[in-house]
Amino acid sequence: MSTVSGRTDSKAALPGAATRRSGPMLRWLGTRGPREFVLRWVVLFALFIGWELAAKAAESPYFPPPSEFAARAAELWLPADGTWLTEATANDVLPSLARMFGGLALGSLVAVVLGVAIGLSRRLGDYVDPLIQFSRAIPPPALIPIFLVLFDRGALMRVLLIAFGAMWPVLLNTIEGVRSVDVIKYETASIFRIGFADKLVRIVLPGAAQKVFAGLRTSLALGLILMVISEMVASTGGIGFHIVQAQRSFQILDMWAGILLLGVLGYLLNLVLTVVERRVLAWHRTTNREIA
Amino acid sequence: MSAITSRMVRKQSGRRRAGGRVGRGIVGVAVAVLAAQLLSVSGAISPTSLPPMFEVLGSTGHLFVDPSFLREVLATIQAAVTGLAIATAIAVPAGLVLGSFRLLNQAASAVVEFLRPIPSVALIPLAILLFGQGAQMKVSLVVYASVWPIFFNTIYGVRDVEPLAKETARIFRIPPLRVLTHVLLPSAAPFVATGIRVAAAIALIVTISAELLAGSADGLGAWILRMSSGGANLALVYAGTIFAGLLGLVVNWLLVRGEQRLFRWRREGVGAA
Repeated sequence: MSTVSGRTDSKAALPGAATRRSGPMLRWLGTRGPREFVLRWVVLFALFIGWELAAKAAESPYFPPPSEFAARAAELWLPADGTWLTEATANDVLPSLARMFGGLALGSLVAVVLGVAIGLSRRLGDYVDPLIQFSRAIPPPALIPIFLVLFDRGALMRVLLIAFGAMWPVLLNTIEGVRSVDVIKYETASIFRIGFADKLVRIVLPGAAQKVFAGLRTSLALGLILMVISEMVASTGGIGFHIVQAQRSFQILDMWAGILLLGVLGYLLNLVLTVVERRVLAWHRTTNREIA
Repeated sequence: MSAITSRMVRKQSGRRRAGGRVGRGIVGVAVAVLAAQLLSVSGAISPTSLPPMFEVLGSTGHLFVDPSFLREVLATIQAAVTGLAIATAIAVPAGLVLGSFRLLNQAASAVVEFLRPIPSVALIPLAILLFGQGAQMKVSLVVYASVWPIFFNTIYGVRDVEPLAKETARIFRIPPLRVLTHVLLPSAAPFVATGIRVAAAIALIVTISAELLAGSADGLGAWILRMSSGGANLALVYAGTIFAGLLGLVVNWLLVRGEQRLFRWRREGVGAA
């Protein structure tokens, strides 16, 4: 979990810390060379065996061996018997993911639009800054009672909660990204009387893209957390609901299977974003190198 | 001389600009409060969903002097701080060791990557099973959630140590413990501080989440949950949430200020270089 808060990437206290931070992160994701690859899998395998043996020896009702809950997870969610979609996947995983991506899409869209506006106009930024600082300081779960009253307990409330809670990293990074756009580029465009829309699409947005992606990465982790939280209260479906329900009925295997599923989802989402980021921002690195 | 005057000019204009910012900020907040008040009073949003904002702010004011409410807040802060302290005690040594040895780092990265994607909230049910609904449950979740930022920042800090300093220490055969206390720690400290600041915000959020989702006996989150269950105390629910936001703001502000104070030398060092 990189952050609940989203205060990690954009607001590093030291100059350059933010950029330095993205480097090792990326490198930690992919292995360098076969030796590291082997080492990594050996370690993971040893960990798994160790856990398995420890769990079998301890016989604690709360810590089943990983092989058992992994099997349970596979049974629940992996396609089997010719059906591509198991019932549990259709009931829990897909609605959860739909709400999460819906919330993230809505939140990011609002955040980028607001962020560009605030980034371009310092005056607007001054007016809304305290409101933004305050809103993002509210722990999102504390908003659940209010959101329940305002939007009822349907999917809308959950999507809005995810959107509201996950938008701040994108918003702050977009503001920062837009403000960091080369003034000369922007003013050159103005001199040549290039229209506002063109400036926006060709100068401001590409200039801010890298920061926006950094924000998205944090938002993605937040979105997953908020998805789970939103499903733990007054819910009838979803992965979070599955886990809470399993805990309340002492289906320990189901609970662990749910935790495993969330871990896998978190890993995959981060991986996908890294790949997308590399693709989308590939030009960024090359152009910047040419200039520098 | 010219440097001094330009600095003075900058300071003055900075002050003027800060004044303008504060004024505009106040205007922004006032407009938002008025808008919320109007939405409720005009009936655009039913007062049973959104109580009049003036009433909410009044309740928020009362909360600041309500001893029983402040006790709940104290319970929240206590759990968050305890968890944060334990997380620091785990993450800093771990980060120092793993940041220093490449092979260990590679081996551990597999484990870290395996654990890190698990959202802390997914562990709330497990923590309830293991520790019940009390402070121990909250603290254990806070530890899990806040270990990561401190750990990663410590590793970056260790990697950021000036290679020349490390080499020099090696050439003079300085014992490892002295290298640790005189080279590694001072250099990594600002990074660690950043990690702790980030983790503190997370700790507060996780604590309140756990209280709310687990239905704890005490704490700010539990208080909000209790107020919302009746339905009649909606203004208090809003007030408690606003209080939570203000608390988050104050905590973050304090930590940023503390960090700037502690590591002023570092910032100047960077600027001079």
